Amino acid sequence: MKLQTRFGEYGGCYVPETLIAALEELEDAYLHILPTRKFQDELKLFMTDFAGRETPLSFCKNMSEDLGCKVYLKREDLLHSGAHKLNNAMGQALLAKFMGKKRLIAETGAGQHGVATAIAGAALGMSVDVFMGEVDVKRQALNVARMNMMGARVIPVTSGTKTLKDAINEAMRDWVATVGDTHYLIGTVVGPHPFPLLVRDLQSVIGTETRKQILEKEGRLPKVIIACIGGGSNAIGMFHPFVSDNVTLIGVEAGGEGLDGKHGATLCGGSPGVLHGNFSYILQDSYGQIQESHSVSAGLDYPGVGPEHSMHKDSGRVTYTSVTDDEALDAFLYLSRKEGIIPALESSHAVAHAIKIGPTLKEDDILVINLSGRGDKDVAQVIDLMQQKGVAL
Amino acid sequence: MRNGKEQIEAVFAAKKKPLLVAFTVAGDPDYKTSLRIIQEMAAAGADIIELGLPFSDPVADGPVIQRADLRAMDAGMNTDRLLDLVQEFRAESKIPIVILTYANLIMRRGISKFYADAAAAGIDGVVIADVPFEESEPFTKAAEETGIAPIMMVSPTTSDERLAGILAKAAGFIYLVAVMGVTGARTGVEQAAVDLLTRVQKQTSVPVAPGFGISTPDQVKEWAGHGADAVIVGSAIVKRIEEYIGDPDAGIVAVGEYIRTLKT
Repeated sequence: MKLQTRFGEYGGCYVPETLIAALEELEDAYLHILPTRKFQDELKLFMTDFAGRETPLSFCKNMSEDLGCKVYLKREDLLHSGAHKLNNAMGQALLAKFMGKKRLIAETGAGQHGVATAIAGAALGMSVDVFMGEVDVKRQALNVARMNMMGARVIPVTSGTKTLKDAINEAMRDWVATVGDTHYLIGTVVGPHPFPLLVRDLQSVIGTETRKQILEKEGRLPKVIIACIGGGSNAIGMFHPFVSDNVTLIGVEAGGEGLDGKHGATLCGGSPGVLHGNFSYILQDSYGQIQESHSVSAGLDYPGVGPEHSMHKDSGRVTYTSVTDDEALDAFLYLSRKEGIIPALESSHAVAHAIKIGPTLKEDDILVINLSGRGDKDVAQVIDLMQQKGVAL
Repeated sequence: MRNGKEQIEAVFAAKKKPLLVAFTVAGDPDYKTSLRIIQEMAAAGADIIELGLPFSDPVADGPVIQRADLRAMDAGMNTDRLLDLVQEFRAESKIPIVILTYANLIMRRGISKFYADAAAAGIDGVVIADVPFEESEPFTKAAEETGIAPIMMVSPTTSDERLAGILAKAAGFIYLVAVMGVTGARTGVEQAAVDLLTRVQKQTSVPVAPGFGISTPDQVKEWAGHGADAVIVGSAIVKRIEEYIGDPDAGIVAVGEYIRTLKT
């Protein structure tokens, strides 16, 4: 490898020997194709004309009055596909095309990254195979149908826990055997080097736009920025352009049933170890076996997290916290009613934390929430959950 | 104290090539049966035993070994029980034992402690499926300190530059990944793997053992013809254990018979 493969002590390249050549090839493309004018121009055209960038930074009048500070939402929910995932999928797919690859493989949990990859594959004329845990295939039938309609093949994963973690394992197993013509389009800032770096760079458009927009609207930077964290790609994309600024950055993990019970809060409740090619915080038992995570939101239901977040946790640059399933659900309904915006259950975690800390801020303080995705995909699940609680909508 | 690296070197010096490295997942389908399977593999002519320490997320393994990992973990296998198993087997056999596992199980125990405990139990070599040369330094250092052989993997995509680095650290034997893919039985021998064998043997005196996809006596003969120092057979053994899940006595007999077909 030519580049530093770690963020502090985290990251690295823990993969079978067979994959190293493919990672070196990808690093070479990261260094010599990604920065070129030709690539950047083509990507920009896709992201504007096709995907709808830049996304708005919306001032939320009702929420601001309610919480007692100035609340803005970065509207990744308005990006084509309905979530920030397309920033990464489109960028990696185009890079793979420039590299001469014919086929894309991806993992998906809730299906959002699978849908984003299916979109990119259709737009660029590349074949797409998406690995999805058998359990998730059943839970997310709508997204499976969307992927199929756009020509992607969804391969149900029956190994291990039959969820996102095992879908990543299966994608890596496929890649080992197909590296010649296939690119593994990983969906978040995890995996071996150079994936955490590449995905971070492709998602940084979120923070770069937000910085420009808030300076235009307010002439100053926010006091606090909040984003939800599963693997951590929307959060790192938002945070990265603000890391050197005097801005409080808060990442919100899936507290699930609470940190004493089942959860997906890897940074808050895990310990360092190796999963899916990198050294980072993970959920594991005393022998190092990976533990199952839990969250009401499938997109945060993952027992690992990007290595750059682990570095920011140890250094204290970013504050990591968690909210429970119930708090996220309340926030889902709160934003829907207050602002007429239905957030994804993932993004609802960030909203929930904003509701908690908003009242502690001054009236003039600016609070930005990264609204990473829209909640249409979650409506049926939320109806079920409300019925279970005996609460009418 | 036993020096693992020397034990492996001695068996390569003494035995007719190609040696047979026989793999099973430690604790599959349960501790007691697994111990008897290992004893039978040794009795049937395996020259080196390779034991898989099961991991929840074995990305280098195909479905047969994945299922064996789950069976073993469900039956209580973990790092402590693996050490018990090796110690119990070691009380009556000197045959070299190599562990195949994944980085996190070693790091969670503490790299130094894992290697020290492994050496004390009578383990001779350690191969880590998700630790390539780039990440190998802390592991090979601990191996050297305890006399354990750091078994390194090479694949047809390994560049000349990296191969030189890998060979400089390798000891015991070199694990040649003979297919582009995960573990599991396949037919034939790929030319790219044969070319790699030639390339590696030109540059080192450390024995080279192809593994992944080898299951038939014909494949073993073919590798012998190409000058392989050993062959590694795994999934085909594990598959027999799986077939006889309800009848462990018959399963042990089947594993023994199968190994004898590979040795003739």
